[in-house]
Amino acid sequence: MNTDQKSGGLSGLVSRLSRQHPRSDDEPGRVAVEPRTVAAESAETLYASKTLQRFLSLLFSRPAAEVVDLGPVIGSNITFLGERVGCKIHVEDLYADIDRHVKQDKVDQLPEFLSGRFSLPDGSADAVLGWDIFDYLPPMAATALAGELMRILRPGGVFLAFFGARASDNPRYTKYLIEDEMHLRYRFYPSACTRRWVLQNRDINIMFAGLEICETVLLKSGVREILFRKRILS
Amino acid sequence: MHEELASIGKSIVINGELSGSEDLTIEGRVDGKIELRDHVLTVGSNGRIKAQVSAKAIVVLGQVTGNLNATEKVDIKESGSVEGDIVAPRVAIADGSHFRGSIDMQKKDQPADKAVGTFTKPEAKTPKPETKPEPAPVNGEFIRV
Repeated sequence: MNTDQKSGGLSGLVSRLSRQHPRSDDEPGRVAVEPRTVAAESAETLYASKTLQRFLSLLFSRPAAEVVDLGPVIGSNITFLGERVGCKIHVEDLYADIDRHVKQDKVDQLPEFLSGRFSLPDGSADAVLGWDIFDYLPPMAATALAGELMRILRPGGVFLAFFGARASDNPRYTKYLIEDEMHLRYRFYPSACTRRWVLQNRDINIMFAGLEICETVLLKSGVREILFRKRILS
Repeated sequence: MHEELASIGKSIVINGELSGSEDLTIEGRVDGKIELRDHVLTVGSNGRIKAQVSAKAIVVLGQVTGNLNATEKVDIKESGSVEGDIVAPRVAIADGSHFRGSIDMQKKDQPADKAVGTFTKPEAKTPKPETKPEPAPVNGEFIRV
């Protein structure tokens, strides 16, 4: 069955998301917003992650794997992935790109920017660490990024992403520090924009139609950790 | 006997190729290529480099645009900024520093399948089937869906 046709395709998804999840500062009350807590700003919490474990085990099976990290550079993650897992890591820091577009009032240019953002050839990446980047991207930009990620992933390559359950008015990003193969430490840092886009499971399925879901874990916080794998063409 | 360290001062601008056989600190600006085989290059906090760099070890406190190739280590300090690709067996990146590019820590003389070091394959560490109930995690317990 063609899911894309049934659901109205990517353009339908974009328009549906735009209707369902407006900017929280435009229409207050229509989006569930997390209360801002000052204490949470400085808190660093250790979380168990089943999907990270699976991600690493899949990565481990590929010697000299190429990993694309969409987050900011984190020295301990580089050491872990480079020295212990033996990967080549591409640090892209799309969060900095989003911030730059927000500060320059050029958010509408994000889709075009993201479409040409990666210089990596088609099918060259073994894995992508997407973290929670999609919570900060408007629908058109999210669709553009998803298309690029599916392009650069090799068949059988994996993609790990976290999708939030609710919007927040807290202007902060999260650094995900790999503590070990089963745990992540969250560290917050200031951002120019807020977590405002909430993707439903159906939207995620449509957006990543070229990938299959290996594992989904729902945290008590409502965050969905999803591990995708690019289908291998027979 | 006191040995003076070679350095390029803040006001110095070099366009072209720079090579040597002693440790060097750059506080000025270098555009081109730097080669210090078997020695340490330090890009000071005022240093601005646009170059392909090869050295035994590279320490960055200033700004570098270009690829870094070290036979021992690349160390980007908190004030450091690097845009380019790094090839080195060891890389240290301080929190607060800026980096964009790729990092390859594979030892070139080692076969790729042996270069994974001491990492324990997670699957081997947790042999139980995934359908079993999960042990209580450190925080943020999860539910399989």
